[in-house]
Amino acid sequence: MSALRILVPVKRVIDYAVKPRVNKAQTGVETAGVKHSMNPFDELSVEESVRIREKKSAPGGVEDITVISAGPTKAQDILRTAMAMGADRAIHVEVKEGEDLEPLSVAKLLKVAAEQHKSNLVILGKQSIDDDANQTGQMLAGLLGWPQATQASKVEFGENDSVSVTREVDGGSETLRAKLPMVITTDLRLNEPRYASLPNIMKAKKKPMEKKTLADFGITAERRLKVVKVTEPPVRQGGGKVEDVDGLVSKLKELGAI
Amino acid sequence: MASRCTRAPALARLATRGPTAATRLGRVQPLPRSHARCLSTTRSGWLHQTAPRQAAQVKFSSETYPELKRDSRYSQLRQEHVAYFKGVLGSESAIIDGVTNDNAADDIEPFNADWMRKYRGHCKLVLKPGSTAEVSSILSYCNKHGLAVVPQGGNTGLVGGSVPVFDEIVINMSRMSQIIEFDQVSGTLVAEAGCILEVADQFLASKGYIFPLDLGAKGSCQIGGNLSTNAGGLRLLRYGSLHGTVLGIEAVLPDGTVVDDLGKLRKNNTGYDLKQLFIGAEGTLGIITKVSIQCPQRPKAQNVAFFGIESYEKAQQAFREAKGHLSEILSAFELMDGGSQELVRSVTKNKKPLEGDYPFYCLVETSGSNAEHDSEKLSAFLEDVMEKGIVADGTLAENETQIKALWAWREGITESLGHLGGTYKYDVSIPLAEMYQLVEDTRARVDAAGLLGETDEHPVRAVVGYGHMGDSNLHLNISTRRFDKRVEQCLEPFVYEWIQERQGSISAEHGLGLQKKKYIHYSRSETMVQLMRSVKSSFDPVSGHQLSLLHRYPYTSCAEVMITGIH
Ligand SMILES: Cc1cc2nc3c(=O)[nH]c(=O)nc-3n(C[C@H](O)[C@H](O)[C@H](O)COP(=O)(O)OP(=O)(O)OC[C@H]3O[C@@H](n4cnc5c(N)ncnc54)[C@H](O)[C@@H]3O)c2cc1C
Repeated sequence: MSALRILVPVKRVIDYAVKPRVNKAQTGVETAGVKHSMNPFDELSVEESVRIREKKSAPGGVEDITVISAGPTKAQDILRTAMAMGADRAIHVEVKEGEDLEPLSVAKLLKVAAEQHKSNLVILGKQSIDDDANQTGQMLAGLLGWPQATQASKVEFGENDSVSVTREVDGGSETLRAKLPMVITTDLRLNEPRYASLPNIMKAKKKPMEKKTLADFGITAERRLKVVKVTEPPVRQGGGKVEDVDGLVSKLKELGAI
Repeated sequence: MASRCTRAPALARLATRGPTAATRLGRVQPLPRSHARCLSTTRSGWLHQTAPRQAAQVKFSSETYPELKRDSRYSQLRQEHVAYFKGVLGSESAIIDGVTNDNAADDIEPFNADWMRKYRGHCKLVLKPGSTAEVSSILSYCNKHGLAVVPQGGNTGLVGGSVPVFDEIVINMSRMSQIIEFDQVSGTLVAEAGCILEVADQFLASKGYIFPLDLGAKGSCQIGGNLSTNAGGLRLLRYGSLHGTVLGIEAVLPDGTVVDDLGKLRKNNTGYDLKQLFIGAEGTLGIITKVSIQCPQRPKAQNVAFFGIESYEKAQQAFREAKGHLSEILSAFELMDGGSQELVRSVTKNKKPLEGDYPFYCLVETSGSNAEHDSEKLSAFLEDVMEKGIVADGTLAENETQIKALWAWREGITESLGHLGGTYKYDVSIPLAEMYQLVEDTRARVDAAGLLGETDEHPVRAVVGYGHMGDSNLHLNISTRRFDKRVEQCLEPFVYEWIQERQGSISAEHGLGLQKKKYIHYSRSETMVQLMRSVKSSFDPVSGHQLSLLHRYPYTSCAEVMITGIH
């Protein structure tokens, strides 16, 4: 079996424990001064890649794990985190803050990156929690002409470059088999990402990080979609509290329920 | 019930790890390895799987401590008393009446038994006043009729002070929970005493401020209870003690007099600062009804590192380095020994943050206003302690969920121990150099007495230590399979004498309560105790046949206590 060369795209998003707020202009979510971290689905992709290597689950072994992120300079922080978790190298593609790429542009960029790096497996998060598009992996597989298995909850390797991917579907699970090269997107039950250890955080500082621009991939940040408006979900009407049974009865009467 | 049912926030957090269970809705929920935001997954019900604490199984304090005798000079509760209280409180939900209603026993139990299931009283009447005026009417009536009372907040106190011993009336403050006002410029918060700490903090968070106190019981404890125990908590290192942050107090004295010292300004040097006496008085001087407190700006950037450390010696070095490198951004430095972490793991079944096992772990938190600036300092610190070999292994939280999950390994200890059986708790202050020695000496002693072991015939499961290292405050916990008098006799007064020899405090932050009242002389001289007695009698005069109303049996009816304690 061929040795794996895994490409793992990662995205910097608002930390998933932070409550997002819509900006004043209603064009998006407020990002200034808000804690950012790695898209949680991408953490699963990094973890899975590192586990495939550590557990020697692929017969041909893992030759390389490259993480790539297109985003502002601060995206380098999450690339370092990914390397602290065990990735070998990183590529940072500088995109100005606010000039976000659409899924198709990202897919085009990743296609070039996969070709340049001779990747035979791309593991992506099924979606990023900022725009919830859930498109990039599928588009990438299309552009590359590779088989894809989305929303993986288990990844296993067999002989002759075959890969089995289990995915959770309504009311059960489905197992797909395909041959490398292929695209996999991750879902929540795939694994439990590790804490990066301090020695690995230190080592990650010395791992190589290539700095690139969109032009290096022949991409422009072209936009086909326009965000018309972003609004908060309607505020849930809080339930009222009554003091006692009498209070309850009079409230029910007031509402015409009894 | 309300006072006891929300007690597991830290564990709920522990049940989740990594990004697997966060929700964008603010609080981290106990979801099973799933991403709440993108999937509609049901909650795991972690909390429901653990057996609810049955108050009924708790032994009565009057049986555990037969030397405590009800003082017959206190009146027995009668129907006419209840009728008066019903008149004062009006609403039915403000009173749980087990005097005239035999079916109320189940409803009263949660107010009778303490959080640790170690102390339990025989109370038959719970009053929940809704205003200062109601508190005043209740106390003045009790004072006239010789009825003993016990003030109760969230009932999370750890020394048995928040529950009755005999038939004292419980005055529960949960209905006085309003936030009254907040000054955006000065950061002064005014709230009623029954306001839950976490509720106050979440309100402040929405204004960009933070409550200057944080502790594991935040989801249940009340700010009035926090003041009454002078709780220290996790960030005393950063924000200082309540004696510094509390600006004003409104309280009701035992005779019903309302003391209005609800100042909102930082400075007021006109005579004695009497409100300070209520802080840490454990309800012996009066009932706190309102609080005004100075709140700092909420830090914009927070980082948490978690270390595995080979020796207590090295933990001290790590603390020194942390102060040196992090100075103004250091907001917590907590110590946990290997035993305590093993117990948390055995209860939560979570994977430990570090690969190997270490005898000690430290949690270091920074809070600052500039993430880049803080990260730079923190990296330099981490590199330094790793290079010097002070720290054997460690991790740095990469996101909010990891921050919470790491904290849960510290905050979840008390709760995990609670799930394993009874715990003898000693909350002590000892000079840092000798702090952990107490745990080792105690372990050796319990072991030598044949009480410690892995099998069921040994009452003690483990002797562990953890605490606020930054404040020289150790929690010595003896985790047992069941409360056993032999264990207590092995521990007391041994632990207190050990501390006295080192001029430490036998109660650093939990108070005296019922547990430690008679041991006050290990940490206070006779002169100090005398002065305390005279303060007590100025606030709660005992004359002729009249009795001291507040602080009840531990303080009034045990002969030994009369001599040594704060009467
Ligand atoms: C999981 C856990 C973690 C904890 N961590 C810490 C910690 O880190 N640091 C720390 O210092 N403590 C800690 N504690 C103990 C701490 O003392 C209490 O959690 C808290 O301060 C008590 O508040 P409460 O509202 O529950 O008061 P209660 O337990 O109800 O009462 C405590 C005492 O105050 C009196 N009292 C309560 N309310 C009033 C009032 N309004 N007026 C007058 N008297 C009143 C009671 O009579 C009693 O003597 C912890 C407890 C738990 C369960």
